[in-house]
Amino acid sequence: MGNAVSPLFTYALRLGDDSLILGQRLSEWCGHAPALEVDLSLANVALDQVGQATHFLGLAADIEGKKRDADALAFRRDVMDFTNCLLVEQPNGDFAQTIARQFLFSHYQALLFAGLAAVEDERFAAIGAKALKEVTYHATLASDWMVRLGDSTEESRTRTVNGLDWMWRFADELFVMDETDEAALKAGAGVDKAALKPAWDQRIDAVLSDATLERPAARRPVVGGRAGRHSEHLGHLLSEMQFLQRAYPGATW
Amino acid sequence: MADRTPRHSGASRSDESGTQGHTNRPVAPWLPDRAARVGNDDVGTITQILASVPDPEVPCVSVLDLGIVRDVSDARVVITPTYTGCPAALAIEQSIRKALDENGFGKVGIETTLAPPWTTDWISDEGREKLRAYGIAPPPKGAGAATLKNQAAAECPQCGSSNTEELSRFGSTPCKALWRCNACAEPFDRFKCH
Repeated sequence: MGNAVSPLFTYALRLGDDSLILGQRLSEWCGHAPALEVDLSLANVALDQVGQATHFLGLAADIEGKKRDADALAFRRDVMDFTNCLLVEQPNGDFAQTIARQFLFSHYQALLFAGLAAVEDERFAAIGAKALKEVTYHATLASDWMVRLGDSTEESRTRTVNGLDWMWRFADELFVMDETDEAALKAGAGVDKAALKPAWDQRIDAVLSDATLERPAARRPVVGGRAGRHSEHLGHLLSEMQFLQRAYPGATW
Repeated sequence: MADRTPRHSGASRSDESGTQGHTNRPVAPWLPDRAARVGNDDVGTITQILASVPDPEVPCVSVLDLGIVRDVSDARVVITPTYTGCPAALAIEQSIRKALDENGFGKVGIETTLAPPWTTDWISDEGREKLRAYGIAPPPKGAGAATLKNQAAAECPQCGSSNTEELSRFGSTPCKALWRCNACAEPFDRFKCH
């Protein structure tokens, strides 16, 4: 192998980073959500995401074979080494903005994991099949809230439109296929993400229509997360998430 | 190294408790009816031990009732997580470890597998009755085939009425949703169809 980084390591890392960062973001709502039921929902979605991250990062660590584990990958990498998409690191904003992000991302994850569950590589397929059930539930949850918030009061509608508008420019990055994605696809471990876009559009449009919301106008997509070019928001998130292992390296309990 | 299934919890702690990754292969769920057919040997004894290990969050059912035990041999017990982020996963593993150790099976390892993914269909009939008696509506069967939007009304575990409604998609644990009975006005947890 030499010094070359295995594309499957990077592929597993990306999947893990997406779930980890979204899980951490959502956990910020814990104790702050508008109602107890919502607090439980967001915390549980966060928990699922962190669970998925543990599996993907554990797989990445196994592929890498350098005696790092999932925890080392989560807590001992700096911001530029994170490969998550920009969408998941976006700030929570208000509840409507959080739901808009979840709505766009969960439908992508549901399609992605359905594809991943069917890949040849059993390691990736096993996590995909396991996580698919969870994210399908998240997609339903977020869609229900989009309808409830969009087709409701002037206040909730305005907030939902604004939240969706904030998140929309980060959606295109989800479907970009680069060299790592192509290599993973060829190796029977990855999914053709670009091919998921029409089905995603269809799902999103159907819910937006139920929610009496317009699809936001197309705008120049913002990309770069997969290559470690992040918004300033990620650094702040990591400073909190990684604090303990940075301050007390190797701490366990 | 490369063909190991990922572990579900902190790797270092799992290693201490004897857990190892293993190659992925199909294993049928170790349901009580199958367990009942095992003989009076070590496998039978280990199965009996597992039947006495409660789930830490829903202690009315055993790990065997929940269908999270996949395989038992005289060398290892294979378990699977309910949800990827189930906070009880580590506690379950530790409980099984403790029960095995206390009964002289310290050399029996515990392994974790992800595939095929756990489904609520693997909860035994006995387990379903225990859940109901505990106040949790058991999940309808057929989870594997049903869509997750399956919204058939739950039967209230207190009064038996099906005049019920979902209050929250998520309840007190990831595996449960919060429901309310319109007949007796009591809230209740429903095990999610998964």
